[in-house]
Amino acid sequence: MRGAEIFVQALKDEGVEYLFGYPGGAVLHIYDELFKQDAVRHILVRHEQGATHAADGYARATGKPGVVLVTSGPGATNCVTGIATAYMDSIPMVVFTGQVPTHLIGNDAFQEVDAIGITRPCVKHNFLVEKVEDLAPTIRKAFYIAASGRPGPVVVDIPKDVTADSCEYYYPKNIEIRSYKPTGKGHPGQIRKAIQLIFEAKKPMVYTGGGIVLDDAAEDLKEFGHLTGFPITNTLMGLGGYPATDPQFVGMLGMHGTYEANMAMHHCDVLIAIGARFDDRVTGNLEKFCPYAKIVHVDVDPSSISKNVPVDVPIVGSAREVLREMNQLLREADFKPRDKSNPWWRQITEWSALDCLRYDRTTDVIKPQYVIEELYAVTRGDAYITSDVGQHQMWAAQYYKFDKPRRWINSGGLGTMGFGLPAALGVQLGFPDSIVCCVTGEASLVMCIQELSTALQYNLPVKIINLNNRYMGMVRQWQEFFYDRRYSHSYMDALPDFVKLAEAFGHVGMRIEHARDVQPALKEATGMKDRLVMMDFLTDQTENVYPMIASGKGHHEMHLAPGNPQPQPSDRELA
Amino acid sequence: MRHILSILLENHAGALSRVAGLFSARAFNIESLTVAPTEDPTVSRMTLVTSGSDEIVEQIVKQLNKLIDVIKLIDLNDGPHIERELMLVKVLARDGGREEVKRLVDIFRGRIIDVTDTTYIVELTGASRKLDAFIEAVNGELIMEVVRTGVSGIARGTRALNVGTPTAAPRTPTKAAKSADRAARGAANPAHLL
Repeated sequence: MRGAEIFVQALKDEGVEYLFGYPGGAVLHIYDELFKQDAVRHILVRHEQGATHAADGYARATGKPGVVLVTSGPGATNCVTGIATAYMDSIPMVVFTGQVPTHLIGNDAFQEVDAIGITRPCVKHNFLVEKVEDLAPTIRKAFYIAASGRPGPVVVDIPKDVTADSCEYYYPKNIEIRSYKPTGKGHPGQIRKAIQLIFEAKKPMVYTGGGIVLDDAAEDLKEFGHLTGFPITNTLMGLGGYPATDPQFVGMLGMHGTYEANMAMHHCDVLIAIGARFDDRVTGNLEKFCPYAKIVHVDVDPSSISKNVPVDVPIVGSAREVLREMNQLLREADFKPRDKSNPWWRQITEWSALDCLRYDRTTDVIKPQYVIEELYAVTRGDAYITSDVGQHQMWAAQYYKFDKPRRWINSGGLGTMGFGLPAALGVQLGFPDSIVCCVTGEASLVMCIQELSTALQYNLPVKIINLNNRYMGMVRQWQEFFYDRRYSHSYMDALPDFVKLAEAFGHVGMRIEHARDVQPALKEATGMKDRLVMMDFLTDQTENVYPMIASGKGHHEMHLAPGNPQPQPSDRELA
Repeated sequence: MRHILSILLENHAGALSRVAGLFSARAFNIESLTVAPTEDPTVSRMTLVTSGSDEIVEQIVKQLNKLIDVIKLIDLNDGPHIERELMLVKVLARDGGREEVKRLVDIFRGRIIDVTDTTYIVELTGASRKLDAFIEAVNGELIMEVVRTGVSGIARGTRALNVGTPTAAPRTPTKAAKSADRAARGAANPAHLL
């Protein structure tokens, strides 16, 4: 079998549904084979970055690895942002890059780039396939590495002559890599120590991240929540890992987290962190982080444990396995769940009563928060929401109450503007009958706007919620707070007419200028089941994201929106 | 604190740059690094000397273990160990200086392996500290060139690093192994310091 046939057959054996790609010289043999079959559907994007984000969105929503095929040189370099995005958020992805023929490697050949060298710092692993015999086993290894343990992107660089050479086809079902043995079950002794702390805790707090979503552990976390009665917060990446409408959920934590979540973090005496990595946007000032807490940390990646914050009870293992183990022990021990009448919960309820996400609902200027709340209502909380990066991302995270995992798709770690639209296309392919919305801003949206063509070609009826404030809102917000309102290059001048732009690409465009029109427009757009609708909401230009922890501050030092009472209780009285 | 890490990694093209890249990307220190294939040609052994607080070294070990090409590693500082480094020094050896250099080389148990009218090449093996001490002892103006291999290290006693066996000493060591370990730990004036 020729290398190109082996490639396609291996993808079939791997059960790949969609291949996001863009052809070019080095991968022409493969494209010729793709032409002859229809088991693996190729999605032609308009820019390789779009291919990686679309595959990434597909992976986040379905849990299956996203698969990308691009050519050598610029094809590979255009993928780097998307690969780094997936790497930072631990998303399983396999990216195949074409390479010049082996005899030309190192000769500065046409469209040659050291793809392995360029991607090395932002992949879980990468491979150069040196001969055709290695092709099938390498593809199997790539999928295995990408999807197991702490997932991540894997790049496979395939020289053109390898796709022309022939050998016998054999696709190994199971693969052994002596240097790679991901951990599953947690250490029983450590788990018992964690249970001990759960029993002793007077002010417990559960903080979970993307690991719950990636490991499909949401059901187990829900059970853990109900067995313990503990308050639970999610990171930006972990939203949907615990139902947002559950009374024990205290909202997102961190820089733009809720007052109650951050205050509870600051004052807790036992912190149970699961599948989260103590990112700087979550912890704030490390010196002031959870000063009174004993910390349990469950993570599949040992290097995440005690990286930023020293941990008292480290547990290396998969979130799902460890949660099941802990749930079992809690049931056996007949743990009595904490009810809302105990002093800790009463304190948290008091913090919640501040209603830190309040905003002005009386005006007819469109408040971006209002758009998200209406979107939540109109979609009954059941949509897949992708986002770009900036203020709109925070508002979507704060105001759309995700009850299920894999519904909130955003670039949390790398913060990649331009991610939302192509990611939404990937999600829509995975869930053709669901409502998929891309919440974005006018600055992020244009970064991958070319993918509107892809959406038309494959009839992907994504709803684009463009919160258009004519600013790079988050940049403007920081300039307002920390640079004396010198709005250096954060104003979006010379914007396109987004309605006409959508129409030019063959889609439906809408402009919404008043708060009273928001809900009807959303209903109309979501009613159009087979059309992509670009909704251009002209929003309040100077709205800021609150609450906010400025850098260098601790969880208990939040800024609330102006006009809110700011009852910052002193540290001492709560300690 | 200075740590010596012994690392077994797949003998692939690019495995070395994964390790080196990790250190530069995460701003870890490398004092020295040596690598060569082992008796099993599919495996390379790297000895890497780094320094940092316990937390940093713990993070370095975890990050190295995370690399797919790393099969196994140990921190030699976790137990008694021997380190060796080879150094070649080209020194000016003229007139009266010739005798003095020769005497120093003898004191340090080095060897002169090349002689010309005006120069010696000195070969010296030992722990890095010993090599440092030699360089300090020689008049700096005489030194023309120094080349060092970087540290190679190995654990003493039954603790061994190879692909087939567990990294730590066996859980229930044999009597012989126990006494060997005790001997290794108890050696008051270990030969490797010389």
